[in-house]
Formats: sequence, C-alpha cells, structure tokens
Amino acid sequence: MSAPSSTIDTRETDATRHVSTQPGSRLARRFAALGAENRAALVTYVMAGDPDPVTSGDLLARLPAAGADIIELGMPFSDPMADGVAIQRAGQRALANGQTLARTLEMVRDFRQRDEETPIVLMGYLNPLQRFGEDRFLQAAAEAGVDGLILVDLPPEHGAALTARARDLGLARIPLVAPTTPPERLPALLAQGDGFVYRIAFNGVTGSRRLDIAAELESALGDLKRQSPLPVAVGFGVRDGDTAAAIARVTDAVVVGSALIERLAESGPEGALALTRELADSMRSARIGES
Amino acid sequence: MNSTLKTLPDHNGFFVPATPGGHPSGRRRRDVKNFPREFFGGNADDGHGTPSNLGYGGRYVAETLMPLIGEIEAAYDDARLDPAFQARLQELQRDYVGRATPLYFAERLTEHFGGARIYLKREDLNHTGAHKINNALGQALLAQRMGRQRLIAETGAGMHGVAVATIAARLGLGCVIYMGATDIERQQPNVQRMHLLGAEIVPVHSGTATLKDAMNEALRDWVANVDDTFYIIGTVAGPAPYPRMVRDFQSVIGVETREQLLATQGRLPDTLVACVGGGSNAMGLFHAFLDDDVAMVGVEAAGEGLESGRHAASINGGTPGILHGNRTYLLQDDDGQIRDAHSISAGLDYPGIGPEHAYLHDSGRASYVAVTDDEALEAVALCCRREGILPALESAHALHHAGRLAARQEADQIIVVCLSGRGDKDMDTITRHLMPEEAES
Repeated sequence: MSAPSSTIDTRETDATRHVSTQPGSRLARRFAALGAENRAALVTYVMAGDPDPVTSGDLLARLPAAGADIIELGMPFSDPMADGVAIQRAGQRALANGQTLARTLEMVRDFRQRDEETPIVLMGYLNPLQRFGEDRFLQAAAEAGVDGLILVDLPPEHGAALTARARDLGLARIPLVAPTTPPERLPALLAQGDGFVYRIAFNGVTGSRRLDIAAELESALGDLKRQSPLPVAVGFGVRDGDTAAAIARVTDAVVVGSALIERLAESGPEGALALTRELADSMRSARIGES
Repeated sequence: MNSTLKTLPDHNGFFVPATPGGHPSGRRRRDVKNFPREFFGGNADDGHGTPSNLGYGGRYVAETLMPLIGEIEAAYDDARLDPAFQARLQELQRDYVGRATPLYFAERLTEHFGGARIYLKREDLNHTGAHKINNALGQALLAQRMGRQRLIAETGAGMHGVAVATIAARLGLGCVIYMGATDIERQQPNVQRMHLLGAEIVPVHSGTATLKDAMNEALRDWVANVDDTFYIIGTVAGPAPYPRMVRDFQSVIGVETREQLLATQGRLPDTLVACVGGGSNAMGLFHAFLDDDVAMVGVEAAGEGLESGRHAASINGGTPGILHGNRTYLLQDDDGQIRDAHSISAGLDYPGIGPEHAYLHDSGRASYVAVTDDEALEAVALCCRREGILPALESAHALHHAGRLAARQEADQIIVVCLSGRGDKDMDTITRHLMPEEAES
C-alpha cells in the first residue's frame, strides 16, 4: 500500500492546503444549523434531467420542503464507471431527453432564484467538464449558485489545479474517501477537500447493496474525524429509513441516491418525494433520547 | 530478452512532454535522433478549453480503485526487475505460447502489389490465435505473484477473453469475462471456447453493449471485489500503469521482429504497419523501433467511412478527453458524451485509443490512417487467396493499408505488418459479407 502516496505531488497539495469549511458558505451554514438541532443532514442525489428537464426541475424545487437538507445533483455521463445501474439508467434517460451540462447549470440557476439556502453539490465525471472547458464550467457553476463539486474520476493526484481554481470561486471540492483508502492517502485527499467529506460506505458501485454496517462504519469514521474538521457524509447503499437512521447516529450526513432514483423511475416525483419525507422523518427521530 | 520489459520513468502515469509545452514540429518525424524516448507526452489544445499541458495517460479513476492500482504498479515495477519473474515469463512464452512467432515474407502479396516487400509478423500463430496472450500471460503471472485468485477481463472480439480464460485455466485461477451482448452474438465461437475453458461470461447490455461497456462493467466488478480480484486490461489503455505494462508485455513482438529482420536481411524495416483499436499489437510492434529511422503507421477502423460518422477512428475522427482512467483521443460529442464506435471488427470497436498512441500522433513520430469495413474485407479475401492465410478482420485493416503503401514503394523497401490474429472467429461475418449466397443457405 505504499505506492499511492508516492505518486501524490506533495508540492501541489501543500500549495493549495488550507483547513477550511469555507465559513460563511451555504454548506457551512447548513451544517452549523443542523448541529444546533442535533441532527444529521439528509443529502438527496437526483440526476439532472431525469427523466426529462421539466419533471427534474420540478422535483429539484420540491426536495427541500420534503426534507432534503443538501441536494446532490448528478451531471449525466454516458460512461459512469463508478455508478451502479440505477444511476447509469437515470443518466441515459436524461441524455436521451436532451440534457447537457449547460442545461444542468441552468437548472441550478432556476432553483437558486427560489431557494437561497439549500446547498447544491454537483456530482459527475471529468470529461463533460473538460469538453465544456474547466474554467468556463467553474465560473458558470459559481455564478449559477452551485456550492460544491464531487468529481468521481479526479483523484488528488490530478486535482490540484482544478481545486485551486474552484476555491478561488468559492466552490467546495468534496473529497471521496473509500474503505480501501489507506491512512497515508488521507492527508492528500483532505488537503484538497472543502465542504464535507463523502465517505463511501463499502467497496462497490452506487446502490449495489443494502447497508447494515453502521457499527463498522463508526470506527472508520472516528479515524477520519480525527484527521479532518470537515463534516462527514456517508453514502452508497442507503435505501430505507432504518438504515438512514442507523447511519445518522454515527455521522454528519446521509446520502441517498440510487433508492431515490429507482423510486422516481417507478412511481414518479410524488414517490420520490414520499421517500424523501420518510427518510427525513426517520433521521429526525434517530438521535432523540440519545444525548 | 531482458529488453522486452524495459520501460519508462513515469510521473503520475502521464506520458508527459520532455519540456513544458514541448511539441516536436512536423506531423511526421524521421529525424529521430533527438526523439525524447524517455518522455512521452502530448500537447493537444483541441480548442474546447482543454488545458494544453495535460499530456496523455494519467490515472483518472474512482478513489476506491486508486490504492489498488498503486499496489499493481508497485508489484509490476518489482516483478519486471525480478529475474525469476522474467525467467518464468520467458519459459511460458516459449513453451506454452509458442514464441518466437515467425516473421514471414509474404511473397505472393508482394508480387500482387508490385512494390515494397511485405513481411507478416505472425502473431496469429500464437497459442489462442492472437497477440492477446502475450499480455494476458504477463498480467496473470503478476496476479498470481500478488496472491490474487480471481481474474476478470473485458473482451470485444473475444480474443483477449479467450487468452485470459486460457491462462486462468493454466494457472488454476478463477476467471470472469465481461462481454457486450452485441459482441457475444457476433463472436460465438470464442464465447463457446471461453465456456469450455471454465470461464464465466457476463453479458453486458448497457450502453452500446460492446467493448467500452464491457470495460465499464469490469471496472465495476473490480470496485466491488477489490480484495481477491485482478483486472487484466486487454489493451494499452486504462489508468496508469496499464498502458505501460500492457505495452511492455506486448513489446516482445517488436523485439523479435527487429532480431529476425536483422538476422535474415541484415537491416531494419522501412515501415511498420499495425491495426489500432486500443492499440496493443501496434504498441508492441512499434516500441522496439522508437529510436530507429523506421516509419510507423497505425491503422484505425473507418467503419462505413469517416464522413459517415459510423467509425471507430479515435485519432482521425475524435478529440482528446478522459475515459476509462486515461486522457487520450476519444469519439465524443460536443457535450463530452462518448459516442458509439462502429467497426465490422469487434476488436477495433472502441471509442478511444491508448494514450501513448495519442502522444506518438501529436509528436509526429507515428502516423495514423483509417481503413473501411469494405476495404478490410477485401484484404481478408486477398490474403486468403494469395497467401493461404485467413487474417482476423482487425489485422486485415493493417493488411489493406500495407498494400496501398507497398504499391507506392520500391522493391528494395521493407514493410512489416503485424498480423495480430487469425480470422477463424470472424467466419460468420466474413461469410455474410463476402459470400452472402452461402450465408443464406
């Protein structure tokens, strides 16, 4: 496990290093408010443009009222190699109905006109961004009201330049930490991290199995917490209220993606919103009576 | 034979320019004395806002895979310098694969074109019928050295899948092959063969159900089974160190060619020609000649024609981007979505190309041309009738271009074509197109 750290260009990570939750940002405000309420954030992942631009925009606007504390918005990509079949299909539906990166940014802009406070984080793959133009994309995302970026296939070894530019524009670069991540990689990942840390719950693609390992997670999260001041979100595999509540007890945020997308495909936006309410209710009651 | 595994310093797996912004002038470079052998790179501002200094290659993968790929790189760099590993590899190359393969003077093809002498590097005579086994053997030995019990692989034409299933059987390792549903249909003999060898075949229905989708699925399997699994990528693409590692295992093709031609003709060839999908047989042939005054031509699949949009020519019809862990030329639309590739040959039906080819193209050290489905079929027929050799549809692309070149060159010039595989697997496709009356009966 020694090779990965040796390939990290520490000069670059040092140059961009700063400990930050970007105080004053929407993400920081949201986590502070949730902390005051002693509850974890519900992060809902939906794919921009799934199944079509109108339905998707409408769903986005209604997610906060249903209980979403933070919205993760997928940018469709034809070859999402780290995502499971639910998210791949959602991306294919969106692309088939004409979704583009420009339209995804437009969706955020529309959302922002009605909602000043709910953080939006874009998640996706690097190629569409590069095609759009990295600088142009970062500029447009910041202007549209995006709060952060999760770039699945941009490891810290390649990410220093983009991270620096994103930070200048007030965009958080949310790092992904995997169960396979050895302790010696964490400093490099966290040095380029802002907003919160996305801890992948287990080895696998998104949505591929149920998660009942909150206890196991707890010790792993402890290590992470000792090294980083950032809030920690856990995702990949959260499908129901009980799981969400179990994880909410040990972490700062719970990401629900594939389950929500499947519900949207099966029973439309009303179904997806109902699941959001159910998850939010379970999570609200999770920490009651504990402290 | 130690030179078969010589390799290059690598910075984060990039094929980087020798000097920042360095870009050798000219598309075709014959003055190779100062060629930056130890540094590959690119400088490809495509006018769409891509930073110009990114180079090609890299390791653009999900965090879950980063530590594993680092482990593979460390294990590989250790293995390639270990005489015991090299000895085992060479023993199996000789006794199991059947190397060295002949460098064969194609006398009647030469006569047909009436120009340069055409030699065929007979990778079709390897065990399992293609060059793919060179790499499968090397990586499987590495997997075994690392204690991995389960091999996974993607396959297009099925040749890489057959090679991996073969080595898995030989070494007693588990084997799962991901294959696009479309390819399963058009490559039945190879599918049956993999079953017989004890491999599990997983049909991939997502996307276009071809090679790139099989690669996506194999990557997903790997992400989910990181503990016991080794992913044997079949071509010189994917995240670093795969492009370098696969090239090294394939470079035996060029090393032998060089020795054989020097021994029989006392000289080097004028031109090397090889087909390019991901480009592993081409890199294998080219690598030993990078320092020499030898022209290199990669032949992409033009499908129904470059202008038709239905092709698999990433360099001739694509732009730089990031897919499957590396930055290289890709078929993509204006929104950065990967476009479907098309080729009559399943092995070339991939919307990207190995990053070192992207570099060799930009630097002008190699040139890349394209040959259509129909032209490849023509070459299959010609090679059968004049040499008694049934080439794979992939290799036939290279043969067609070699014919074009030979006709324009003098009789004292030498062209070496990599005959990367045999065409038995393509008989259905070939029969349907060249002998439709037999296909119907």
